[in-house]
Amino acid sequence: MPLPKVNVVIVGAGAGGGIVAKELAQAGLQVVLLERGEWPRYDQHDDDELNSQRTPVHGNPFGPDDQRHRRVVVGDNRSTRIVLPSEGGYQNNAGCVGGGTVSYGAMAWRFMPQDFRLVSTYGEVKDSTLADWPLSYDELEPYYEKAEYEIGVAGDYTNNPNSGPRKKPFPMPAFPLNTEGRLISETATRMGLHPFPIPMLRNSVPYNGRPACIHMRSCVGFACPVDAKAGSQNTVLPVALATGNCKVRTGCVAAEIVVDDHGRARALRYFDENKRPQEQPADLIVISASATETARLLLNSKSKLFPNGAGNNNDWVGRNLQGHLYVGASGLMEREIYEEAGPGATVAISDFNHGNPGLMGGGVLANEFIDLPYHFCRNRPPGAARWGKAHKDFQRRNYKRLVRLVGPVQEIPNFTARVSVDPSVKDAWGIPVCRLSGTRHPGDLPTGEFLAEKAEAILKEMGATGTWRNSPGKSLGLSGGQHQAGTCRMGNDPKTSVTNRFGQVHEIDNLFIADGSLHVTNGGFNPVLTIMALAYWVADSINARWKGGDFR
Amino acid sequence: MHTNPSEPPVEPKADFFTRRALLKFSAATILGASFGVGASVGITRWGRSAAPAYRFFSAAEAGTLIAICEQIIPRDDAPGATDAGVIHYIDRQLCGPFVRHQETYRLGLDAMQKTCMQVYQSAFEQLDFERQTAALRTLEANQAPKEFWENQSQSGFFNLVIEHTRQGFYGSPRHGGNRDYASYRMLGLAYPNLIGQNRYGAKSSINPETHATPES
Repeated sequence: MPLPKVNVVIVGAGAGGGIVAKELAQAGLQVVLLERGEWPRYDQHDDDELNSQRTPVHGNPFGPDDQRHRRVVVGDNRSTRIVLPSEGGYQNNAGCVGGGTVSYGAMAWRFMPQDFRLVSTYGEVKDSTLADWPLSYDELEPYYEKAEYEIGVAGDYTNNPNSGPRKKPFPMPAFPLNTEGRLISETATRMGLHPFPIPMLRNSVPYNGRPACIHMRSCVGFACPVDAKAGSQNTVLPVALATGNCKVRTGCVAAEIVVDDHGRARALRYFDENKRPQEQPADLIVISASATETARLLLNSKSKLFPNGAGNNNDWVGRNLQGHLYVGASGLMEREIYEEAGPGATVAISDFNHGNPGLMGGGVLANEFIDLPYHFCRNRPPGAARWGKAHKDFQRRNYKRLVRLVGPVQEIPNFTARVSVDPSVKDAWGIPVCRLSGTRHPGDLPTGEFLAEKAEAILKEMGATGTWRNSPGKSLGLSGGQHQAGTCRMGNDPKTSVTNRFGQVHEIDNLFIADGSLHVTNGGFNPVLTIMALAYWVADSINARWKGGDFR
Repeated sequence: MHTNPSEPPVEPKADFFTRRALLKFSAATILGASFGVGASVGITRWGRSAAPAYRFFSAAEAGTLIAICEQIIPRDDAPGATDAGVIHYIDRQLCGPFVRHQETYRLGLDAMQKTCMQVYQSAFEQLDFERQTAALRTLEANQAPKEFWENQSQSGFFNLVIEHTRQGFYGSPRHGGNRDYASYRMLGLAYPNLIGQNRYGAKSSINPETHATPES
């Protein structure tokens, strides 16, 4: 039997869903927020590197678990294999209240104005689905600002000439540079570049009732023991709950959006924490389940008017899966420069995001987060020993002397990199799982090589004795992971997009999307602040129309 | 904060201390039983005991694997894989999150022994250190006699052991390896990494009791 009707049901309590829940609950709508995971607690995970979302060797500490979830990956020659959530090919983000914002590194980038108009800036790219966004940086600017103030960002753009215009400064002062950050900064400045402190969704001073960062070395991949790192779980969700209008149901797995014969989303079918099937009717449905899972849910929602999945009559749901190719360079310094002050990433250079000769886009470079000892084993110069005394000597000699400068490459979206649903493999709830296929666009490789070269040049100029590039090589691979985006892109033309510029699914008036799926392109930056800004933007549009009497 | 690797780390929390003391005790009893095979790398601080040694491995399998792990991270002036209890890390995980790797270990260790008996007329762990290294290089290059490796990839097996040895040596001691913070001491990393708790107390405000609202 269906549950009592509510105004809104939201699927996913991550970066997008938390904000929409808060905005709508504050406006007086009755909100039910479904989350497949649980409230994360620091004391269940603490600082155990093998229990980190970055190196989840014993399963993902922040979900999803290996027991109940799986995906199918289509490889070369159309061969398929089943992958578990803690394996790389799964393209996992997280599955808990707060989603990726609990364990992320918390870099708080705005995309640049050009990032919203790549075709206008660079022209068409062959074999790609590259397109301009249907909204501009200027339109999103107030929402970026709102995210920076409500979630809380520490930063200082005095020395960053490449960012888009901003009306207000950051709400918190920037974090000071660490030793390697200062070295990189001095070197890059000497080379005519413009280094500046990385903006972070992390408290540099007490803010919003939470304390300042205590600089754990175990930060990225972990929850924060004092909640200095800002995420949905400790910012917007407590506000949403305090309104009395929002209920969070954890352990709930969405199965299907019920779309009626008039093309209206009527209810959300899901399995509750006891695996009992439930049906939650609502005036409005918002999906914020991440680019892979949002696409899967839409594709699994077949109805008379949408036999191929909700909003998928033009076959764009699940297409253009993208994330970030990560590249850079490593160098060994003569002296130890390790500093016991996490998370360690402090300085960025945004001079290579655009305007690189012959290339579409680029990416931001930043010094890397502290590599914990096991993760550190993976970064070696070409040909270095993987085991034996030479391995041990490398660890011992270089753990505190290694500097890494890395960044995300702005990817060129393509139609074949996609999420579909597997015809036979199901999860523990009997729901068809994601099937991932395709590869990155070949045009990403030269951009990656270029950025790695720039990073290496800076490290060399800095006096690093041995340097090597962490470059993409010739392997395209499929992108996604924590930066997954693009699978329900927004656009003005229903034939080439899934939603309109407000995240509203074309042809299903009361179905919205608010997560990275909306991204037409994914910037050369970590995408979370853009996901947050878009969530405010989508929520604003819903609230305005709700006040006007729509959706009821 | 503990900064000098030559000094024992300071434990700030009583319950953690107790847990660690227990861990130490059980590790001592467990390792005692494998004293014979581990003796070549000089374990001197653990007593003998008749307690069952492993959850997954037979004594023979453990003997071979200990020697392989010691090749991957050998003892020098700092502890090696054996000292750090890597075998116990792997043994424990194989009965937990690594159940899916059980077969690889069973087949791989068996094939490894057969390979060494044929090529060297000796068990792997009885070979001298240099010969062990050579045997593993052969495995790494998939050049060991194919007849013993029909059901298990040679390099696949060895790569898995490399990965698990790194985890056991560099990961948190709570999983049975990195005994006495051996790798953190070697790298000069302060431990425990508890800056936050020391300064602000361990309680997180992420708490279902305070955040969850009762469902109607």
